[in-house]
Amino acid sequence: MAATRLPGGRVVTQASVEQVYAWLDEVPDPEIPVISLTDLGIIRHVEWAGETLEVTVTPTYSGCPATSVINLDIETALRARGIEKLTLKRQLSPPWTTDWLTESGRAKLEAYGIAPPQPAGGPQQCPRCQSQHLERLSQFGSTPCKAQWRCKSCLEPFDYFKCI
Amino acid sequence: MSTLYDFALRMGDNTLILGHRVSEWCGHAPVLEEDIALANTALDLIGQTQLWLGLAAEEEGSGKTADDLAFLRDAWEFRNALLCELPNGDFGRTLMRQYLFDEWHLLMLKALQGSSEKRVSDIADKAVKEVSYHVERSRDTVIGLGDGTAESHKRMQEALDYLYPYVGELFTPDAVDTAAAEAGLAPDLASLRAPYDEALAATMAEATLSLPDSRFAHKGGRTGKMHTEHLGHILTQMQWLQRAYPGAAW
Repeated sequence: MAATRLPGGRVVTQASVEQVYAWLDEVPDPEIPVISLTDLGIIRHVEWAGETLEVTVTPTYSGCPATSVINLDIETALRARGIEKLTLKRQLSPPWTTDWLTESGRAKLEAYGIAPPQPAGGPQQCPRCQSQHLERLSQFGSTPCKAQWRCKSCLEPFDYFKCI
Repeated sequence: MSTLYDFALRMGDNTLILGHRVSEWCGHAPVLEEDIALANTALDLIGQTQLWLGLAAEEEGSGKTADDLAFLRDAWEFRNALLCELPNGDFGRTLMRQYLFDEWHLLMLKALQGSSEKRVSDIADKAVKEVSYHVERSRDTVIGLGDGTAESHKRMQEALDYLYPYVGELFTPDAVDTAAAEAGLAPDLASLRAPYDEALAATMAEATLSLPDSRFAHKGGRTGKMHTEHLGHILTQMQWLQRAYPGAAW
């Protein structure tokens, strides 16, 4: 918490922007709970506008049903930390890209059994047995951000986080 | 109403009506992977609809929402191209319709990334990624089924013959399109035709399908002058809840 002097001279205690990011790092993605919202790279900006905290969020896919749940989860988490005045802003451009996934997010995905995105356009290896003998089952998967692949060595199907 | 309103409405109605049509496959596709792919495509299109109709509602300025525009207008107020409202037919025809639309959609969105209106270029920046993915799949499927078995080839040729006369409308400008192009809001529609033709020729050659010679075009959807009988049937299903229980919410 840091003391901030507002225009007019009143001094209030506000959580630092770093603190807010740390709190948001504890909020799981509703569809892939192993990674957090900051791991996913969708929190674009956090700042105080006077006494109001503004959090800017970018959607992963324009129709992703998790978007409204994510906004609700952010609001719930920050209100629980004592943030009273909160505005959630939507930013479309620049559009979200899987390049914004954090390194720790990528590692957590792989450990969870979801192959992280690769610039080459397909998974690097099977997240279970590390084989590189793979085949694509479908360009789409159980959520807008994933595709379905199968390992030809261990024969297990797995999710691949699409590279966009 | 402003050119921006008319333009956003046309973009949003295309994605709304096609998205709804594609969603009709949910639970009915020939294999699970295709079912999921169709549902995901529909979801992207409906998501883009929220952006376009949200922009139209904002521009309209009377406090309406994207939902109001989607659920409370009647058939003659819709501005989607006729191609989007045509019935699904079989799986092959659905994917042919998707491909014919996707190829246009991608060219349009790429041009809109350079729009003079930031709210338009922002939506295009977002949607272009999703639509690049759609066209990759619809093109592959058209090629796979066209150059497939005798039966799949026959059905794909029939689908192309049936749908192709609805393509021309996408490239036929009216006063709204001309005003949008002059304002730098959107590209000159006719300028998209040459790259579209080139892409189609390459795909159909690979798919061993013949493009019809005739450029005859059914028109009237984008201007609202004359929709097909099919649009009203979509609306009765899509809108009945808000019509029967006005204002109902989750």
